[in-house]
Amino acid sequence: MQPRTIRNVLAASVALGLAVTGMASADPVDDELIIDGDLKIVTQAPAPEHLQDVMDTIWSGWHFREDDTRAMQMDDFDNPGMIFVDRGLDRWNASMGTEDKSCASCHEGPESMKGLRAVTPRVDEATGKVMSIEDYVNDCVTTRMGAEALGMTSAPMKDLLALISMQSRGEIVNVAIDGPAAPFWEQGKEMYYTRYGQLEMSCANCHEDNYGLNIRSDHLSQGQINGFPVYRLKDAGLVTARQRFVGCVRDTRAETFGSGSDEFKALELYVASRGNGLAVEGVSVRH
Amino acid sequence: MANDVKPRVRVPKSAKAGESIVLKTLISHPMETGLRKDSSGAVIPRAIINRFTCEVAGKMVLDMTLEPAISTNPYIEFEAVIEEAGDIKFTWYDDDGSVYEDVKPITIA
Amino acid sequence: MKLSRREALVLAIGSVAAAAIPMTAYAAVEEAIATFTGGAAVGDAGVTLTAPEIAENGNTVPVSVSAPGATSILIVAAGNPTPGVCQFNFGEAAGAQAASTRMRLATTQDVIAIAKMADGSFARASSEVKVTIGGCGG
Repeated sequence: MQPRTIRNVLAASVALGLAVTGMASADPVDDELIIDGDLKIVTQAPAPEHLQDVMDTIWSGWHFREDDTRAMQMDDFDNPGMIFVDRGLDRWNASMGTEDKSCASCHEGPESMKGLRAVTPRVDEATGKVMSIEDYVNDCVTTRMGAEALGMTSAPMKDLLALISMQSRGEIVNVAIDGPAAPFWEQGKEMYYTRYGQLEMSCANCHEDNYGLNIRSDHLSQGQINGFPVYRLKDAGLVTARQRFVGCVRDTRAETFGSGSDEFKALELYVASRGNGLAVEGVSVRH
Repeated sequence: MANDVKPRVRVPKSAKAGESIVLKTLISHPMETGLRKDSSGAVIPRAIINRFTCEVAGKMVLDMTLEPAISTNPYIEFEAVIEEAGDIKFTWYDDDGSVYEDVKPITIA
Repeated sequence: MKLSRREALVLAIGSVAAAAIPMTAYAAVEEAIATFTGGAAVGDAGVTLTAPEIAENGNTVPVSVSAPGATSILIVAAGNPTPGVCQFNFGEAAGAQAASTRMRLATTQDVIAIAKMADGSFARASSEVKVTIGGCGG
């Protein structure tokens, strides 16, 4: 891990008005994520090239959680997020809209989605738009199924997201940052380092400058999104990356962007690329 | 009935006669405590699963009483002795009178 | 169910107030236990309670109990607005007098397990769980 300067820590604690506590417990927990005894998930990796001037190693948020929380993700039955994967499969097979089609009508089994979670968000060549899994789902729902778009953070959307994300579990995140993605990636990067809200905090203030330290009693992670959607113990439900962005920006006491906004699409693309090299976790467990 | 209630159980496919096996259950349910208020200040009525039972071949394994302090999506893990092949029956009782059931067969290896 | 930060604070403040007048909370806990034991004496050996020393979030705290030879085990959270958590009654096909679940804890507090043994005696174990307050979002 990169050493942090005292100045950084002090600046952050003044900005937060909060105690950022000692360096003693600063490191991510040294542990291996192996699910059901046989599926090894890559949760630490060398930083992708575009990050190498700011950190050496990227870590899944799993390494920053307590023992009980980490253990819950090591067994698919103990992971409460799997309920939503089951529900997602029911929804996958259920017809909707004026065309009376289900996801399965065109795509057959959900395994046809294998790999998608590892490379999204990505720019659609035909339309030039940034597409996350949620955007693909709503594209199908509205244009092929003849139904109203699902809410970005609605239960049906999150159930399908969980199901689709699971199909890529263990695959290494490899989000494109060049070519048509480049302008969106630059926009997302700009946002990552922009201070928002009355607290004037950027993503980087916590997740790049101070990861590993505590914000109150919360162990700050690198803010990686390879584990999303997550089953969050606090909410006892699924949380998507977009919802987390809304939450973080709100916590800076800012008017936040919408979960479906172009701004957060660009930010999601950029933040996903900071995790290039980590594995998709399917549905993770966080506090 | 609460929306989207979905039980999950984990049962081994087989056991040796007389073996004690671990059973795990999870059911999607909000477990509304009855202590919270909505944005208009009105109390949100309590709506929980208040009882869970598990029977093996008609014999009781566990009869559990749940209070509002049990987390959303209740998780329960326990052990059962399997004497012979048969059905393991799991039943959850909702405050609203709904009953959710799941049955898994087990064989003797 | 999700507790907002404000609701969690209200719960926390409530528990501080309860600590200031310990008789009230104490009485509710003692009443829950007495209902289970019928007022019988409670020993301190024979039941094991396993809960985390530090819970990252009070909404989902794993807890396990085990009491070989017990017919029932009661779990009580002494610092919650209502102390009851659950009661496990073991039947003839139980493989062990042991079970695990996940519970809500409003604040740092003692969790208590009382086992009723087959011979009618009772045993008690307790464990303090520290519930941490999260980051800027609470």
